[in-house]
Amino acid sequence: MVIGLAHYLVVAAVLFTIGVFGIFVNRKNVIIILMCVELILLAVNINFVAFSTHMAEGAGNNPMAGQVFALFILTVAAAEAAVGLAILVVYFRNRGNIAVENIDLMKG
Amino acid sequence: MLTAISFYLLAAVAIGAAFLVVASRNPVHSVMYLILTFFSAAGLFILMGAEFLALLIIMVYVGAVAVLFLFVVMMLDVDFVEMKQGFLQYMPYGIAVALVLFVEMILVGAAYYSGTTTTVVERDPNVSNLEAFGEVLYTEYAGMFEAAGLILLVALIGAVVLTLRERGGVRKQDIVEQNARTRATGVEHVDIEPGQGIG
Repeated sequence: MVIGLAHYLVVAAVLFTIGVFGIFVNRKNVIIILMCVELILLAVNINFVAFSTHMAEGAGNNPMAGQVFALFILTVAAAEAAVGLAILVVYFRNRGNIAVENIDLMKG
Repeated sequence: MLTAISFYLLAAVAIGAAFLVVASRNPVHSVMYLILTFFSAAGLFILMGAEFLALLIIMVYVGAVAVLFLFVVMMLDVDFVEMKQGFLQYMPYGIAVALVLFVEMILVGAAYYSGTTTTVVERDPNVSNLEAFGEVLYTEYAGMFEAAGLILLVALIGAVVLTLRERGGVRKQDIVEQNARTRATGVEHVDIEPGQGIG
């Protein structure tokens, strides 16, 4: 019953997969897609922290760097959520709905 | 033993809540399950010995991001019933992609480390997690720390610029116009003849 690095990696992998699955399945609600992006970033954070805490300290490497990068990911996630939701509010104001299928005006 | 029980409990709750984020019918419930996922992830962080990041996750995600999501979900007047249509239609593609991705990640990542059971490395008990964190953050990564602040500033300004809207017919104070006002434009001298009035 020893919990090792692999256990945490599996949890992060499952969370990441659920996030990607949610992006594929949701064709109507952009808010859910933004939440799925947050889930994916959380999975990445779990990976960073897991590797950081399971790494032995040696010459020239500081395991703490992993947690610092998790902090930076947290920052980017917060910024992404703010800008994404702002875009969503503007889009809803213009169109009256937030269905993903309708966001293809540029036919790209 | 206690660590193992906590790990499996937190992991199960995190994964179950994450699935319900995707699967629940009402976006408000999705946000609630997202909060539950973040709480469980914070528990996992504490289990690994990263207390500062665990608290940071609760503060940033639960305190700010989730509330922001909740605010937008409740503010937008969206028909939630038709929102879930097409869920079953795209389910096979989603499952196929997710399966491939998951197997790939397990093969590349977790399986590589499963043979050697590396457990959490014991750190110096005299140096707290926060201390060790700050020692690296403000020295080696000081520049990137400031860049992170800049990113937040840009996001702040971007969000405000995007959602700001000028509405017609709103009475607003125009300080420039007020200051540019002179006696010549503001006051009119009317010489009224006795017994006639202004009319």
